[in-house]
Amino acid sequence: MVTTLDKVDVVTVGVGWTGGIIAAEASKEGLTVVGLERGKNYETSDYQHVHDELKYSIRYELMQDVSKDTLTFRNEPDQQALPMRQLGSFLMGDGLGGAGKHWNGMVNRFLPCDFEVESMTEEKYGEEKLEKDKGYHWQNWGITYDELEPYYTKIEKTMGVSGEDKGTNPFWGERSEDFPTPPLLKTPILKLFEEGAKSLGLHPFMLPSANLSEKYENPDGETINQCQYCAFCERFACEYDAKATPDVTVIKTAQKSDNFTLRLHSNVTEIIKDEDDDSKVTGVKFTDTVTGEEFIQPAEIVALTSYVFNNYKLLAVSDIGEQYDPETEEGTLGKNYSYQLHSGATGFFEEKKFNTFMGAGALGMALDDYNGDNFDHTDLDFIHGGLIDQLQMGARPILNNTVKGDTASWGEQFKEESIKYYTQSLSIGGMAGTSPHKNNYLDLSTDYNDIYGKPLVQMTFNFHDQDYARFEFLNNRCEEIMTAMGADSVEVKPTPENYDIVPYQFTHNAGGTIMGADPESSVVNNWLQHWDRDNLFAVSAGSYAHMSGYNATLTVGALAYRCAEGIIEYSKSPGRLES
Amino acid sequence: MAKTPDEKQFSRRDFLKTTGVATGGIIGGSLLGGLVGFNLDGSSSEEASTSEDTASEETGSGQQQTGGINDNSRVFFSNDTDFDTVSAAMERIFPESESGPGAIELGCAYYLDGQLTGQYGFNSKEYMQGPFAEGLPTQGYQSNLNRRDYFMLGINKLNEEANSRHDANFADLEDGQMDEILTDFESGDVDFGVPAKTATSSYFFTMLRSATIEGAYADPVYRGNRGMAGWKMKKFPGHQMSYIQYSEDDEFHEIEPEPVFGMSH
Repeated sequence: MVTTLDKVDVVTVGVGWTGGIIAAEASKEGLTVVGLERGKNYETSDYQHVHDELKYSIRYELMQDVSKDTLTFRNEPDQQALPMRQLGSFLMGDGLGGAGKHWNGMVNRFLPCDFEVESMTEEKYGEEKLEKDKGYHWQNWGITYDELEPYYTKIEKTMGVSGEDKGTNPFWGERSEDFPTPPLLKTPILKLFEEGAKSLGLHPFMLPSANLSEKYENPDGETINQCQYCAFCERFACEYDAKATPDVTVIKTAQKSDNFTLRLHSNVTEIIKDEDDDSKVTGVKFTDTVTGEEFIQPAEIVALTSYVFNNYKLLAVSDIGEQYDPETEEGTLGKNYSYQLHSGATGFFEEKKFNTFMGAGALGMALDDYNGDNFDHTDLDFIHGGLIDQLQMGARPILNNTVKGDTASWGEQFKEESIKYYTQSLSIGGMAGTSPHKNNYLDLSTDYNDIYGKPLVQMTFNFHDQDYARFEFLNNRCEEIMTAMGADSVEVKPTPENYDIVPYQFTHNAGGTIMGADPESSVVNNWLQHWDRDNLFAVSAGSYAHMSGYNATLTVGALAYRCAEGIIEYSKSPGRLES
Repeated sequence: MAKTPDEKQFSRRDFLKTTGVATGGIIGGSLLGGLVGFNLDGSSSEEASTSEDTASEETGSGQQQTGGINDNSRVFFSNDTDFDTVSAAMERIFPESESGPGAIELGCAYYLDGQLTGQYGFNSKEYMQGPFAEGLPTQGYQSNLNRRDYFMLGINKLNEEANSRHDANFADLEDGQMDEILTDFESGDVDFGVPAKTATSSYFFTMLRSATIEGAYADPVYRGNRGMAGWKMKKFPGHQMSYIQYSEDDEFHEIEPEPVFGMSH
């Protein structure tokens, strides 16, 4: 038996950054909003004992329980996809706040050239540079940096982002305002990077951070505290409320309004299509994960605000939109799944000891000289690039056992070296997105289901030539910088043969439900409104036409503010929103 | 530079002052937690407290009382030979050396014993539905076994190999003989007598290596890292409220480690 609940104006599927932003903005405008969150709530008081590397970082306390729902994976379309039985390469969040709860808080805006990558590349280098004949799918996003800029400013203010003056980095797109709070402290490790990079004529800057340098009250009246550099940030939650997370900002704001109802333990399994009007949906079906009861939540507007894979999945299992097919390259749903491939160099210092165990999630310096189209690609076999950074997140002992490349992974030498280099090595990284490619996509598994009987999402993904060329280029740049930092020896990251879903890389999954200028090439328009169903919106990093050389969250937040504005506009005059 | 008690006090007060956080929960958990102590049998921290130096010396003998339970209590490994086998293998992976104690003194096998009784042992937060198939290395764990069964298969195989090669139990072999067997495990050269999709010696070795490192460096509440000796070797200060006051300092700070539940107070 399925119980039908009272109709509301807006239902959000998932309550993290995107659901929280939409709930806060729509409820302020007088719309009734129900937020359906499949996980539980966490309070700050739940984090009294959070400095536990094993529980949070290794056993994934705050992450999605993949016994219930996971995905299947293969590198190539002709292989058999098998379940991702354990978390590894990326960590989907669980509970109120989602992945926004355990994130590190590195908040760079994407570059202007990201949003117009296809047209700008064509104009500057000619169409052949896009290598469409080799299966690459670079395309514009249907929005420009300038159009998104006000929303970037809005999300930065919500988070209270700590960063340097807007003129510091010559490669940033134009910023209408400075960062809300000053940058974090510049530690000796960061100063070493800064000096090394400057000696090479590069332009280092303090990473914009959502771990705040000082206590801050955001425009909604929510307070975020000063970061204590306690070194337990990524994969952990902040016991000090010093990291901008959805639950201390936008969700709190939404909860101040009587118009917002949060419903925990509610797993949405289907979007319900309007039987009489093929341009509409009528609500969602969900299961109460405690009792197993099924409900229908009718709504004027449905907003898909869960993680990349679940947003894709709900559209696919509800048969909304046309599934992408790599053979014909037709269909848009599932297209352009993209990720990142990170380069890097490790420097070994025989005489110097660093306080590597201190840090904050987004404490770091970075440079954009080799990101986007900030350097000439005429003679290179790839476009785009990556952010190069020296982070100081706080190294914890189980996961940090750096040894030299020719050292065994166990035994006495391993032990001695891993102890020594725990404090006597530094690593810099080159964070590059992968090129969207015709063989990288999402569809549904025909062999494996989740506990609700719905098929698992099936990921087909591998690195391609452009990715390897970009990787090696950035590896070399990292090596130059680390050498300039005075390391006694430097080793670069080995080139992977294939994408491997086992070791942790980054939770920067993107694409599959991409935004764009027309329904032939994208799933949603630049208001994040579905091309086929006017009252259905989908916003996540799945909206990205490609993954950039930055962390993913800030742009998700900016798009969510844009989406919220679209939803409010739609509620006033239902129909297609003009771009 | 060692941190003095005065500095510690200062940093905590300073933290409260600078952030304005006044939640009782945080203070109760992380500050008072260190004073009140946490004991598995509910006894007061004073009765159970020992100096860290004494603890790390005495745990080697396996007789130290920690919070009311004996240091050599076990709940998963019912058989001494199995336990001795896994202990000896872990010691070869993380041996006693110039830097300090190895896996046996750190209690790594006791750590594993505890882990195998819970979520980790039963793979309960992992997707364990069939059909099972042998995957590519890039596709990760595809075994139908849970870790309890996988570990027992591997531990028994270590002993079998020892007996067939040297006519002795694994724990009684010379270091070099153990290393030879472990190297063959690592490279996948030891036949487990089951299909590769069920178990391989190399994957068993990977799990054993990870468990050893976790046991050396996890918070002592998990029964390894005894006397926080793993952290002391590595100069990792464990659970500290804040490093904000040190973050810009050029000198290296050696800070006495603190466990999450303040067991050493």
